[in-house]
Amino acid sequence: MDRNHPHRQLALMRQSFFDQGYLDEQFIQLEELQDDANPNFVEEVVTSYYRDSARLILNIEQALEKKPLDFNKLDGYMHQFKGSSSSIGAEKVKAECTQFREYCRAGNGEGCIRTFQQLKKEYTTLKKKLEAYFQLARQAGPSETACRPK
Amino acid sequence: MNPSNGKGSISMASPSASWRAGDGVPDQFPAGLRVLVVDDDPTCLVILEKMLRKCLYEVTKCDRAETALSLLRENKNGFDIVISDVHMPDMDGFKLLEHIGLEMDLPVIMMSADDGKDVVMKGVTHGACDYLIKPVRREALKNIWQHVVRKRRNEWRDFEQSGSLEEGDRQQKQSDEADYSSSANEGNWKNSKKRKDDEEEPEERDDTSTLKKPRVVWSVELHQQFVGAVNQLGIDKAVPKKILELMNVPGLTRENVASHLQKYRLYLRRLSGVSSHPNNLTGSFMNPQEATFGQLSSLNGLELQSLAATGPFTAHSLATLQAAGLGRSTAKSGIHMPLVDQRNLFSFENPKLRLGEGQQQLMPSNKQIGLLHGIPTNMEPKQLANLHHTAQSIGNMNMQVNSQGGQNSQNNSLLMQMAQSQSRGQIPNEMTGGHVPRLPSTIGQPILTTGIGANVSPRNGIPENIRSAGYNPVSQTSSMLNFPMNNASELPVNGFPLGSTSGVSSLPSKGSFQPDVNSDIKGSVGFIPSFDIFNDLQQHKSQHWELDNVGITFDASRHSNSAQGSLDLAQSVLAHQGFPSGQMTGQNRNTATIGNTMFSSNNGTENGNAQNVSPHLNALLFDNPIRVKTETFHDSNPAIIFPEPFGQEDLMSALLKQQEGMPPAEHEFDIDGYSMDDISV
Repeated sequence: MDRNHPHRQLALMRQSFFDQGYLDEQFIQLEELQDDANPNFVEEVVTSYYRDSARLILNIEQALEKKPLDFNKLDGYMHQFKGSSSSIGAEKVKAECTQFREYCRAGNGEGCIRTFQQLKKEYTTLKKKLEAYFQLARQAGPSETACRPK
Repeated sequence: MNPSNGKGSISMASPSASWRAGDGVPDQFPAGLRVLVVDDDPTCLVILEKMLRKCLYEVTKCDRAETALSLLRENKNGFDIVISDVHMPDMDGFKLLEHIGLEMDLPVIMMSADDGKDVVMKGVTHGACDYLIKPVRREALKNIWQHVVRKRRNEWRDFEQSGSLEEGDRQQKQSDEADYSSSANEGNWKNSKKRKDDEEEPEERDDTSTLKKPRVVWSVELHQQFVGAVNQLGIDKAVPKKILELMNVPGLTRENVASHLQKYRLYLRRLSGVSSHPNNLTGSFMNPQEATFGQLSSLNGLELQSLAATGPFTAHSLATLQAAGLGRSTAKSGIHMPLVDQRNLFSFENPKLRLGEGQQQLMPSNKQIGLLHGIPTNMEPKQLANLHHTAQSIGNMNMQVNSQGGQNSQNNSLLMQMAQSQSRGQIPNEMTGGHVPRLPSTIGQPILTTGIGANVSPRNGIPENIRSAGYNPVSQTSSMLNFPMNNASELPVNGFPLGSTSGVSSLPSKGSFQPDVNSDIKGSVGFIPSFDIFNDLQQHKSQHWELDNVGITFDASRHSNSAQGSLDLAQSVLAHQGFPSGQMTGQNRNTATIGNTMFSSNNGTENGNAQNVSPHLNALLFDNPIRVKTETFHDSNPAIIFPEPFGQEDLMSALLKQQEGMPPAEHEFDIDGYSMDDISV
């Protein structure tokens, strides 16, 4: 059957997220939770994630400015951030979190700072992509987003 | 046979129905499972909630551990299972786990993005029934109901094992085997729970025509009677048959009494820090101690934490105690006493922990019991009486002791010294002054060093208040006893000033103590007193400061009477225990019983009498017999809580064996009060 243009676009966009490693399986879990009772569940969750994690990002930034670096604290923040990010399936962001934590454990301040920059980049990139995605989804109409690869 | 309960054709049917306690949820188990989710991450929380809802569970979400705890406390039976994150800002997930285990005995699943082996291991040792790695998938949540069922099954089994209801047992066993026992168990479980309102319907229950074990609801009054009977008979002589006669309650069977007695004993044992491995300890007296120490410490710490969370004890104190406890373990190595202390501490801790949550009342009773346990039951029966008083003081002491907490090694020596000198000063502080609440803090700090001493001394003075009746002498002793029992740090109850301060001299205080203590702690000594204390308290209702203090610790001070009652008992127990364990043999039994009794008593106390038992305890007892027991022991690593090495268990078991030829209380946790019926009359 013919897919509407927006729907097809949506499907492709979505697929690219997975192919490029921006999102992982967990995102699909979220999608599965979406139903008639919560038709915008995924978007709501992602929005909530970006809202809450903004605070965390700020905390980490501030902590990175302190000298000397409190690795325990940083590790704690990052653990939290990692948990959050993994719950929405933000794969690349999660990978950066893991890297950051490793540097923390090694006491490598430089590594931490560098990784954090990278993390922020990924974080922002994903945010933009998902925003575009949801916008398109709204335009595409209530029909379900592309079929999920299972 | 078909358990009428719920087995029915569909195993599921019953469980949900029975679980719900009248919820009216159709038998769609596991649908409708009531889950409490705790996670500080709002995103995760929302996702989890949605996933659980998809599994058709009833979800309540919570972003703070404290909130979760109060929710759980308010709705004792409102939840079937708890899922909690490990890293939370306001409270460590493991602490929450302990609390829940102690107070509510619900299955708890931990989750975290952290999948490190040590973290997962921590979950195991803290009693989590499962550990999920984040991000959590819905499939993982789909099967969490198995933990609920499993727990119920085990509880049932324990219940059945107590042998109180043979008929029921058989039926239940069958049903259990038949289906996943969820229905059967739950049905029975539910029945029991419902029964509690009935109280004393043993006959009906005994019929177990419906496969349900008849459950006698040990109301406060009933428990009071029970305690009174036991005290009257003497811990060592308290056999179910005689207790039954003394109680003279129509409809009560020997089995009911026996099982209740068993639970009580376990409870007492627990209080005294007897670990759940009575059997193991038997020989390893020394060795286990060491091990226990470490464990104890940890337990203590845990307890401390719990306590701290709850209230009276400041987190700081607890932390201190914990640290002390931990430190102690190492130091102790060769010292018996330390172990004892640990145990004592532990026992105290336990009560505290439990109570801490807000059920201070519970604590007092627990504490008392614990105290008793911890205290080597060297004391003679007479001393036991003293113990009562002492228990009061002990209660206070416990508090103090708690603060002293973790320094067993220190405690030993310190105790001795402290008890005498400091305790006076300190105790009055704690005890008189602020009632329980203060104690925790005081204990933690000042007592740390003096620990025992502190407790002891003041007690002397105070106990008098507490027990108007001739207990005064006891109270003094109790001050002595106050020692470490409370301290998580394991105040060497044995070495504890008991002897030093008041005259309790029976405690050899220090060196000699230990060996005795160990044995004593087992229980018997403390045991009896606790009962008496309770009774006394109720009768006298003397709200002596000690009681108050004690109660405060538990935070249950609300019922000063009750608290005191429990404290007294505890104190007495402790004191006695501290004393040379000459009396252990008989006492062990008592101890165990006391434990159970305490629970029951607590329930009773709530009713307003001097029954210290905090409402919580009552609730616990009645609602979840299993919980009660769990609380005391479970929280922390099972092994740790009671320093097994101490040999208390050994003692207890030995005593128990001697007494009734019962096997060591394997199920120490079974404070159900009903199920344990190992006691051979």
